[in-house]
Amino acid sequence: MPRQTRLRKVVAPPSFKGYKPYGNIKGDSSVIELNYEEYEAIKLADYDLMNHKEAAELMDVSRATFARIYESARRKIAKSFVEAKEIRTVFGNAKLDGEWYICGSCNARFTVPEEMHKQSCPVCRSAEVSLLGSSNR
Amino acid sequence: MKTVITSTGDKVNSLFDLRFGRAEWFCVYNDETGDINFINNDNKDAQGGAGTKTAEKMVELGVTKVISGDFGPKAKDLLDKFKIQMVILKDDSTIIEEIISKLK
Repeated sequence: MPRQTRLRKVVAPPSFKGYKPYGNIKGDSSVIELNYEEYEAIKLADYDLMNHKEAAELMDVSRATFARIYESARRKIAKSFVEAKEIRTVFGNAKLDGEWYICGSCNARFTVPEEMHKQSCPVCRSAEVSLLGSSNR
Repeated sequence: MKTVITSTGDKVNSLFDLRFGRAEWFCVYNDETGDINFINNDNKDAQGGAGTKTAEKMVELGVTKVISGDFGPKAKDLLDKFKIQMVILKDDSTIIEEIISKLK
């Protein structure tokens, strides 16, 4: 069995659900899924202008792993640009600082205790979960 | 792994109870053996601290997941401390059986 993926710390999830190209005649409806950790990698490296070592420490992964996440994120974005595909953000292997999560398909709200590594909905097992601000429960 | 679902009755076709501390019954579902038990809630008419007492009971039962309509701040703190997962469902027209079938 392969080793379990170490969860990547994400300070804040993206404030959008995705990006869609407009004016494309091809009409390709397939979607590219961008993980939260990939969004975070792009943000830390290219928006906050951190070097990979600092960013890796912040995300609680090794520098090499950070570089891989960053590369995968860049490639996904490039692919969606060139092939005019929609980008959608998905939870991926992220670990958020907040407390309550909400499932996008059955609307169940739940907490994820520390020792639990599963980031899927405990009721319907959908991976479409997002963080709920701890204040607006 | 044991899951507790708050219930208004002691049968699988009973309605889901939105209250945690003052729920009528607790349905204990074991997903390894498939066993379903119903436990009466002794704290449902308690003067105070129903949530805390109920949370303590959950720890005693050794459950890992609790499904209810809401959790008070004290119950939440306790369940958090003992690493019990809390799940909130807002739909009180579902029956216990439906929730269990989703968990399977």
